[in-house]
Order: sequence, then structure tokens, then C-alpha cells
Amino acid sequence: MQKLRDIAVRVEAKEGVDPTTNHSNATPVMHQVLHALQRLKERGEVTTIDLKSIPFGPGDEAALLSILGCGEVSIELQSLGKSRICETYYPGVWLVDHYNASGERIALSIEINRVPEIVRSQPEDISDAISRLQQQLNPDSTA
Amino acid sequence: MAEELNPMAKTLGESLRQSGVSRRGFLKFCSATASMMALPPTMVSAVAESLEQAKRPSVIWLSFQECTGCTESLTRSHSPTVENLIFDYVSLDYHHTLQVASGSAAEAAREQAMHDNEGKYLVVVDGSIPLGNPGFSTIAGISNLQMLEETVAGAAAVVAVGSCAAFGGLPHAKPNPTGAVAVSNIVKDKPVVNVSGCPPIPTVITGVLAHFLTFGALPELDSLGRPMVFYGKSIHDRCYRRPFYDKGLFAETFDDEGARKGWCLFRLGCKGPMTYNACATTKWNQGASWPVESGHGCLGCSEPDFWDSGGFYNALSIPDSDVIRNAAYVAGAGVVLGAAAGALNRRKQSKAASEHETVTIDDLDKRS
Repeated sequence: MQKLRDIAVRVEAKEGVDPTTNHSNATPVMHQVLHALQRLKERGEVTTIDLKSIPFGPGDEAALLSILGCGEVSIELQSLGKSRICETYYPGVWLVDHYNASGERIALSIEINRVPEIVRSQPEDISDAISRLQQQLNPDSTA
Repeated sequence: MAEELNPMAKTLGESLRQSGVSRRGFLKFCSATASMMALPPTMVSAVAESLEQAKRPSVIWLSFQECTGCTESLTRSHSPTVENLIFDYVSLDYHHTLQVASGSAAEAAREQAMHDNEGKYLVVVDGSIPLGNPGFSTIAGISNLQMLEETVAGAAAVVAVGSCAAFGGLPHAKPNPTGAVAVSNIVKDKPVVNVSGCPPIPTVITGVLAHFLTFGALPELDSLGRPMVFYGKSIHDRCYRRPFYDKGLFAETFDDEGARKGWCLFRLGCKGPMTYNACATTKWNQGASWPVESGHGCLGCSEPDFWDSGGFYNALSIPDSDVIRNAAYVAGAGVVLGAAAGALNRRKQSKAASEHETVTIDDLDKRS
């Protein structure tokens, strides 16, 4: 099936219209991030903000993402499609961007945490790793 | 082997693990699912716990007096894609547009699914049911009413997808030649969820099915039987153009300065204030845009009888655009005329609401 992004769309910008126009909906989210970051420092509380639940107007999401930027750490997950995770210019504020196997965005969120939960090795995967390693080292055993 | 073929036998956690998906991948799947169900991110661990044990419910999809727009919408779902929906979330056992089988083999699949999952399967309906004459709409020679009644008898719940199934929709529009009714007019002894919209947002359809898969129950509903998570707030309250409404900045025509600057479309007939739906946040076409963002007011398609509630381009509290124009010419004449115009408006509004206005080509010529 042809994807939306494959259809050539030419935007004819009207003269005098500022392309960076946003509807100021990024500002309250930035305040929410600030308060969450303070809670992380004081109480170790983790916050996740689902950006798909915010009524952004055209330009708002781009404005928010450009304010947050991408800082020192970038991580790419390969699990059921790609996920791009990066720490923003503000340490402790992470952007978690999930895509499906056909490269379409399925979730976009900001996680205020020391390391995003999904980056940590999961106990179930560690158990699986132990048994696979054991199998590798003792191919004859059934354990 | 028999177990391999039976999707109901395995939990979602087991089947994902068997296909080599890590716990991390599973958590990603859960985050996307929670986001799709419009649940707060704090619910992701609860979603993971439930999905681990979840078994794909059997779904029987019945299409009655409809235009297939709801199925078209569903196939454009991207999170999950319709393929993921069918393979991961539900076992779609009957859907006459999407299934390969046809004729008696298709009907046999429906009967098999009903028999195998007695009391546990989900029935999805799109389209309204004609009561005027059973012959108006039939499938395999079975009338819509009969098929609905016999299929729903052993179901756990019914999901009425689209405004036709939820409220009667276009077939129910005056003068309702087929005697069309909504699913909830017929099904009284099973829970009915109304997923209204013409069509509903694809991820709202999948979100409701995912909710059933995840929690084995239906989401909380509003007074019209619609899931609160998606239909709990009006378009107007979540609209990014709302600040312009509050400041009194309105587009007066579709090509004036206000329209170019993206001001509020209330005066151009936007039905956002009386319409409850998730368009303002979920948006359409993979989050690309939604009606108001592309410069057109909301039509109110997720509300009952939206087709019969006056013109799409008449503002909610000033119903007839002709009157605005006439009133503007005589603005100097004072308040008395304004009051008269108000009375005229109210009369026209109640007339439009009480009877269907038939518009001919001649009328359109006269108005322009």
C-alpha cells in the first residue's frame, strides 16, 4: 500500500506567513517538564508525558522538539521496529520516539528519568540470556 | 498442531515471546497500546501485566446499511496497523470485505466462530438496520435484523462502529425511507459500545478493541454509550484554535485574513462546541492533520442526527447565513431589527431541526 509520506506534497507558502508560527502550546508542556524535573531531583519521581495526547496546532510539536533538542546521549532500539531515544539539552529529560516495522511513528513521549525505563535490561530478558548462555557453553546439557 | 491453529489457546505474552519478541519489545508494544487507548503513561505497567495474560478475542464484524467508510478508516489505522490488529489484538473471524472466503464458506466461518467462542466473542457492527422491510438489506439471503439477533445472542458485547450503527446515521436521516435504526435500538440485553463518527478515527476503533483485549472488559462510557477516553471532551475544548475564540478572533469567510491566520471557525459553522470526539488530539492520517487544522469547521459527525441538525455552514447560535447577510445591510436600522432577525433565526432553526429541508438545484441557484 502506498504510504502517505510517498505522496509528493508541495507546500506553497503564502508570502508574509511566518513558517515558524506556532500556537504557543509548547510552553505549558515545557513548564510541565520543569516541574517534573524538580520532582525527579527532590524525590526521584519519574514522569512520562504522552505527546500524542496534547492538542498541538501546526508548528507546536516542532517548536517543542526544537527547544528540547538532542543532547549528549542518543540510543537506537531495534525491537518491533526502530525506536529513537535521546537525552535532550536538559539532562534527565528524554525524548522517546517509537516506530513500527514499517517506519510509522506509534508513540512519542517525554520521559523525565535518569535512564528511560525501556533502555534498562529487563529481568525477563536477563533470565532468557542466562539460559541461552548456559546452552551456548554446555550444548549437551538440557538445562 | 491443533493448538497452533487455535489463536485463542495462547496468551499474547506467550505468542510474542515465541516469535522472538523481547520483554523490551513487549514494553514498547504496551507503551504504544496505552497511548492508543488514550490511557495515561502511568498505566503502561498495568497494561503490560494484563496484556501478558490476554488472549485474543474472536471478533465477528457485521456490515449492514453502510458505505464501507468505517472499514476504509480501519484499514488506514497505523498504530496498530490493520495487519497487527488482526494478528496481535483480535482474531477477526468474519468480515465480509476483508475475508478471503465468500458465500456459504464465509457464513460457515461466522457460525464456527460463534460456536467455538460461545459467550466470549465480540460483535462489531457497522451500518444501521432497516426495519421497514427486511428485504432492503440482506447478506446471504439473511436479513440484517435476523443476522444481528442470531449473532449477538452468544456474544460478550457489541461494538457499534460508525454513526450509522451507533445512532442510525445517514440511512436514519429524514425521511428515513428504510426505517433504519441503531444497534442499541435492537440489542437490549448485551453491553453496546458506540464508536461514533462518520467515519470514526481509525485508532479509536482499534483502541476500543485493544481495551477489550487488554482488560477483558469494555471502557467507561458516556451517556450516549461512547468511550469516555475518546469522547469525554468536546472538540472545542481541545481545539488548538480555542484561544482565538476566547479572544473573539473569527474567520468570517473561508478566504479572509482570519482564515489565513488560522482564527476560530465558529462563525463558519464549526460544530466543535457540541461535538465530542478525539480529532483534536488523535488527528487523522497518521496524525497529519484534522478538519479544523486544514481550515474547515467540524461537521459534528460523531453526534446523533448530525445530518438533520441544520446546515454545516450555519453557526451554532446564528443558524442562517442569509439572515446574517440581510441583517448586515440594515445594521444601521438598530436593535429592533436585530431582535427580529434573532426571532427569525430561532424559527428557522427549530424548523430545520423538526423537518428535513429539501434543497433543489433551483434553491441553490437562488441562494448564490
